[in-house]
Amino acid sequence: MEPVDEQSEAEAIAAHGRDCREALGELYEFLDGELTVERKETIRGHLDGCYDCLGTFDFEAELRAVISSHCRKDQVPDDLRRRIAEALGVTDA
Amino acid sequence: MADQATFAESAMEFMPSLYSAALRMTRNPADAEDLVQETYLKAYRGYGSYQEGTNLKAWLYRILTNTFINRYRQAKRRPEETDLDDVEDFYLYRRLGGLEEARAGRSAEDELLELFTADEVKEALEALPEQFRIAVLLADVEGFSYKEIAEILDIPIGTVMSRLHRGRKNLQKRLYEFATTNGLVARGTDAPEETVGGAGGRAVGS
Repeated sequence: MEPVDEQSEAEAIAAHGRDCREALGELYEFLDGELTVERKETIRGHLDGCYDCLGTFDFEAELRAVISSHCRKDQVPDDLRRRIAEALGVTDA
Repeated sequence: MADQATFAESAMEFMPSLYSAALRMTRNPADAEDLVQETYLKAYRGYGSYQEGTNLKAWLYRILTNTFINRYRQAKRRPEETDLDDVEDFYLYRRLGGLEEARAGRSAEDELLELFTADEVKEALEALPEQFRIAVLLADVEGFSYKEIAEILDIPIGTVMSRLHRGRKNLQKRLYEFATTNGLVARGTDAPEETVGGAGGRAVGS
């Protein structure tokens, strides 16, 4: 017997919810580049059609970019660079 | 086998990132300088044991991290896991995620850059307990893979993932506190429907 429309719609919604949970569950592995090509493609496919998940992924990716850029800009003191270069026998040109 | 004479040539370029990492670890410029210098001297002396063609940056970070842990942690040998709150997933997004839409066309990155100063971001990272701080630093700032971090810290990959997960969530919570303290987050952006634990009751704009 064919499922009635209401039922298939409910199934589609439930399936979408599962996809969202799966995608969000793998968000960090996705951003960390730790997923297989296959999983990555599946998640990309989901993000193409899911504005909510895309918002989360986008926010987390941007946040990481901001954290990274702010935490790596410290200037190495000249004196430290010179001391290490001397210890390693490097003659500064 | 690596030749000591080529060490400086290959290793000097990593000094800025090692120094930044050392600052995040020690939270103190004088200690950071000592740590970086000691790392370079140890690496120079041990360069013969470095396998050429493998990841030099990861090798240097392993020395940096081990030196830091051995030297600065002797005083307080205690598990730090208990120091971390249990924070819900995507803590910051659930509170600030709608901001860019509310302000027409602004990207999340623009908003975030405006919300937190560089010093606040550093402070938030530095406030994490050591083992979480180092994991987040290696992954999010330095871009090491789980496997590389596992090797640098000598821990299983599963432990790397759980430290990252908890560390990141707590970092977000800390950043949110800055945003509210600064009054930069308007009323009404707090308390999403599905708040977990007691975090949702925090005062906003105080």
